[in-house]
Amino acid sequence: MKSIKQIALGTAVALGVGFSGLATTVAQAEDANYVPLLTYRTGPFAASGIHIANGMHDYLKMLNERDGGIGGVKLELEECETGYNAQKGVECYEATKGKGALVYNPYSTGITLQLIPKAGVDKIPVLSMGYGLSAAADGSVFPWVFNVPDTYWDGASVVIKYIGEQEGGLDNLKGKKIGYIFLDAGYGREPIPLLEQLAEKYGFELLQYPVGVKEMQNQSSQWLNVRRDRPDYMVMWGWGAMNPTAIKEAVKIRFPMDKFIGVWWSAGDDDAAAGGEGAKGYKAMNFSGVGSDFPALDDIKKHVVDAGLSSTDASSIGGTLYNRGVLNSVIIAEGIRTAQELTGKKVITGEDMRMGLEALNLDEARLKELGLAGFAHPMKVTCEDHAGSHPVFIQEWDGKQWRQASGWIEPMTDLVRPLLEAAAAEYAEKNAPWPARTEPCPN
Amino acid sequence: MLYDIFIDPFVQMYEMPDFFLQVLWEGFVAGILYALIALGFVLIFKASGVFNFAQGIMVVFAGLTLVGLNENGVPAYLALALTIAAMGILAYGVERVVMRPLVNQPDIILLMATIGLTYFLIGFGEFVFGGEPKQMITEELGLPTGSTAIEFGERGLVILQHIDIAAAVIAVLMVAALGIFFNKTRIGRALRAVADDHQAALSVGISLNQIWAIVWFAAGLVALATGIMWGARSDVSFALEIVAFKALPVLILGGFTSIPGAIVGGLIIGFGEKIGELYWGGLVGGGIESWLAYIIALIFLLFRPQGLFGERIIERV
Repeated sequence: MKSIKQIALGTAVALGVGFSGLATTVAQAEDANYVPLLTYRTGPFAASGIHIANGMHDYLKMLNERDGGIGGVKLELEECETGYNAQKGVECYEATKGKGALVYNPYSTGITLQLIPKAGVDKIPVLSMGYGLSAAADGSVFPWVFNVPDTYWDGASVVIKYIGEQEGGLDNLKGKKIGYIFLDAGYGREPIPLLEQLAEKYGFELLQYPVGVKEMQNQSSQWLNVRRDRPDYMVMWGWGAMNPTAIKEAVKIRFPMDKFIGVWWSAGDDDAAAGGEGAKGYKAMNFSGVGSDFPALDDIKKHVVDAGLSSTDASSIGGTLYNRGVLNSVIIAEGIRTAQELTGKKVITGEDMRMGLEALNLDEARLKELGLAGFAHPMKVTCEDHAGSHPVFIQEWDGKQWRQASGWIEPMTDLVRPLLEAAAAEYAEKNAPWPARTEPCPN
Repeated sequence: MLYDIFIDPFVQMYEMPDFFLQVLWEGFVAGILYALIALGFVLIFKASGVFNFAQGIMVVFAGLTLVGLNENGVPAYLALALTIAAMGILAYGVERVVMRPLVNQPDIILLMATIGLTYFLIGFGEFVFGGEPKQMITEELGLPTGSTAIEFGERGLVILQHIDIAAAVIAVLMVAALGIFFNKTRIGRALRAVADDHQAALSVGISLNQIWAIVWFAAGLVALATGIMWGARSDVSFALEIVAFKALPVLILGGFTSIPGAIVGGLIIGFGEKIGELYWGGLVGGGIESWLAYIIALIFLLFRPQGLFGERIIERV
């Protein structure tokens, strides 16, 4: 009898808590803009995911604390742990979309691919900042997906362009060997079509070294192959535990580190530090600020980290991946602000947010106003181009920290854009009936 | 095609002997490390018939405890001692909370319990240490770093990492110590008795609970050694848990109950997958080692279903 009473009491308490929680959510949704953050602080990819999650959270939280949100409306933030797992990512999406979600940042190409068909149906845009499906840059086919500031194909073209510069011109790539080591998942396979096209065009040999998720920390075979094949350059598309292991293995086989270049996701401070002294000279692409010398980051420290409103360790502010997370949230925040201006509404919907992102114009003046002058290259989204193919730079590890090692390098837009459009058309055909764009263009 | 399969790999081995030696060395080191992981599984399976699904996370847990303590100002050797103590407490806790209430339950229930233990340790570990990867305190523990390059021929080079040499030495010492423990000590003999027959062992006064706690502790020590060695090669993070499952083909090959089987199985898999990947992998686009290990194990199983050194089970009806 006692146990029945306990169960009844427990159920009542649970229901009470549940309803009050629901009531709070609804109440908040009416006077707040709800931004779910799909993050991963656990699992094999936590090494990279934690910094990104902290950066994303802290910038938006800072806007709440310092400015009272955006346009006088607070942001309601909710993190959902995906573990970089596509199934869990979709579960997070389904669990949060009904709460008035404005935008999703999957932080996984696998999850992004799952959400792309859902975005137009649920009218909630997907922002895959510098990752995801490259073809989604074609806004006429993918009005609900944004991959500003660059696609992986843009990135791959920049790497080859940079290598060409080192060799005295792209024509000198003829006969060279370029190795490509990548996480054998949707993410790592994404740039291969473009790299193959570039190999054909410029006459270099592309050597591929896939690393399975289960082999991330066991790459000796891949690097023995590298040692035997003796590529002139190595390019890496790694994530999570794959990055530090690859850098350690490269040091181990004495690969010249100045000829080893990672994508912007293989640019973490911990990744390079793992290689110790031997990692000096390792390079990676980047499109977000290096270091913590920015007024907006000072505000994050003051209003969020020092105030105990974040799990961020103050020393990690300014790290490459932390800053990347901040830039992601800058784009979210500017999308919301633009949407508010366009619609005249304070509390916006996913449809408004789509318009805001499509009209995004983060110019130098605005970056300065945000306290982020020089933090990123000015970026602009148009209805046709949701990535923008913005310039990126190369940074180099000096044994202790990253230093900018090149100026801004433009992607090979003339080559990439037609391929992106062809790939978008192919995607629409394969997923027929893919809806024709009916969404209005705010520009 | 036939040339690529049957002749070219051997020509390569002949023409680049330094590279072949490097492949053999890497295979040897990988084999030793696989064997270390497999040992943890074997110890527990031998004494209790349980496939310990949690062995992988025990590797992570031991590594994180060691590094986490050191990060908090505990000197390396004291941290090592405290980690050993922590593995002892874990072993005692597992015996009291997980194993003891499940005595006489079917093996599948015990397997499920170790899966539960895995998820508990993942959650508990992340709660205590966070999800960020940590650098192994290799130098603080007095383990060697750096490498030695041996010149071979005119431009040949074989590079030996000092930490890999240390891994091999530690693995050999560990196996020798376990061998002596199992064969020469009273507890070791009791453990073997438990492995043979639980009820018979109980009837002669052997404490099943005590033996299980000891065996989980031994598996914890093996996990710690594995965590240090693998952690030094990459870093200590929860991703290491996945590496532990490299031991599965080793167990299939070497048998679930044999310590020499784990060693020999580990070496066969280590050499096999490296040589296979480096000399034949290119024919199918590379990346074959993750499944090649299972193919090697299955081929052996065709001829010895109980594994190389496993006990042959004959049930009469």
